[in-house]
Amino acid sequence: MKTWHLTTPIADDDIKDIRIGDIVYLNGSMTTCRDVAHRRLVEEHRPLPIDVANKAILHAGPIIKANDDGTYEMVAVGPTTSMRMEKFEEDFVKETNVKLIIGKGGMGPGTQAACKKYKALHLVYPAGNAVYAALHVEKIVDAQWKDLGMPETLWSCQVKDFGPLIVSIDTNGDNLFEKNKIEFNKRKEAEIKKIDAQVKFIK
Amino acid sequence: MDTMTYDYTEPVLSPKGQKMRDILADYITVVSHRLPDDVTKKLVELSKIEVDPLQRLIYDTMMENQMLAGKLKRPSCQDTGALQFFIKCGAKFPLLSELNAILKDAVYRATKQAPLRHNAVQTFDEFNTGMNIGDGIPSVFMQIVDDSADIEMYVYMAGGGCTLPGEAKVLMPGEGYEGVVRFVMDRMTSYGINACPPLLVGVGVGTSAETAALNSKLALMRRVDSVSPNKNAAKLEHLLEDGINNIGLGPQGFGGKASVMGVNVINTARHPSAIGVGVSTGCWSHRRGKINFDSDLNYDLPLNEGVEL
Ligand code: SF4
Repeated sequence: MKTWHLTTPIADDDIKDIRIGDIVYLNGSMTTCRDVAHRRLVEEHRPLPIDVANKAILHAGPIIKANDDGTYEMVAVGPTTSMRMEKFEEDFVKETNVKLIIGKGGMGPGTQAACKKYKALHLVYPAGNAVYAALHVEKIVDAQWKDLGMPETLWSCQVKDFGPLIVSIDTNGDNLFEKNKIEFNKRKEAEIKKIDAQVKFIK
Repeated sequence: MDTMTYDYTEPVLSPKGQKMRDILADYITVVSHRLPDDVTKKLVELSKIEVDPLQRLIYDTMMENQMLAGKLKRPSCQDTGALQFFIKCGAKFPLLSELNAILKDAVYRATKQAPLRHNAVQTFDEFNTGMNIGDGIPSVFMQIVDDSADIEMYVYMAGGGCTLPGEAKVLMPGEGYEGVVRFVMDRMTSYGINACPPLLVGVGVGTSAETAALNSKLALMRRVDSVSPNKNAAKLEHLLEDGINNIGLGPQGFGGKASVMGVNVINTARHPSAIGVGVSTGCWSHRRGKINFDSDLNYDLPLNEGVEL
């Protein structure tokens, strides 16, 4: 487990040696981007109103406070299940050239292919730690597609030491969760056998 | 494009009803900021058995986050869930006729107060009400248990990630309790990982899909360290707890020594030809509160020592 500090804009070279299981802390630009925003870009071919090239997106729906002066404040933010975006992510990376995709849980073969081909990482922020995360958002610099409601709006954030982010897919296309899953399933079968012998309650 | 809106006018409540609503709104706010005592205690225990730096880092982040949420009075997880109430009520509780209106308005007010995320989407019309209430949200499950004037209620914030593993089905008796075990274990490796482990796993056994499903959800209302009064059910709790821990999901599914905070089973009788089984999961951020009122609205909070509203 190595620890890395990345600052946007991120070049391919900055992330080429980062491997699954490593920890990253992010400085710079990170935009929240989830279900409908992915769908709009990939299916409806609407350009993303915020440029995320060489920057980071976060699969998240935050709680935001709107201040009287028209600015916004991050109250609580944390990742949502990344797998919901799997269907779109390969095309999304291709279209936007985003470098860090941050979310929760693993992603699938499409994202793996994209990370390898276009040089990107998928990372996981430990979910449920929404106040800790919000305190590392220094400022909300832009808000677009507000018609989607608070959780789905693209909130463009300036972050400082945002993390810990655990690398789940690296630029080789290696996938931490897929590797773990194989091991988990093996152990599960062994455990089921052990338990079955002891639950013959119907006689 | 037409934008649809959800009509809600705050109800006119009796003075006593208003008082109950205000207490509940305050309590829901507390539940969003602070985990119940049984969960906090268990998380501290589990954090001590992980040895690898990655797992320790995740637990440290969790502890720090809960400390900050309490101090700054903010929701500890951004997904403040869909609100659910599980209630046992005496037939003479004086506010019975106003209860549904009280609960809905309490959620409406707590949403602004806490603040909670807007998590109510009207189905088929597919729009977010923007108020965190909707048709059937909050969901209210009530049993009238006796002739008293008291009421006991669990308040639960059902997050999206921890709601997703929920499933119920009906097994043939030939599949036996082995079928129950397979059903629960498979759910842990498929969806459990994304439900923010360490999990509280609720298993329901009954006669049909919905009785099993409800039992599994009620099981999540029990304390994490509680044990079923039925000897065989308690044995299954224990076996599943060890079994799921040995899968080694670890915090956030990154691998580790433990996967669960506990496994709770609730069971009711079944038809001879069917075994209903259900599973529900609570995430590490298991925001489940309990508040008991008497007829004068004196209340106590058995899961939150030292909290005053
Ligand atoms: S599963 Fe629980 S901790 Fe994780 S994001 Fe959802 S509500 Fe928060």
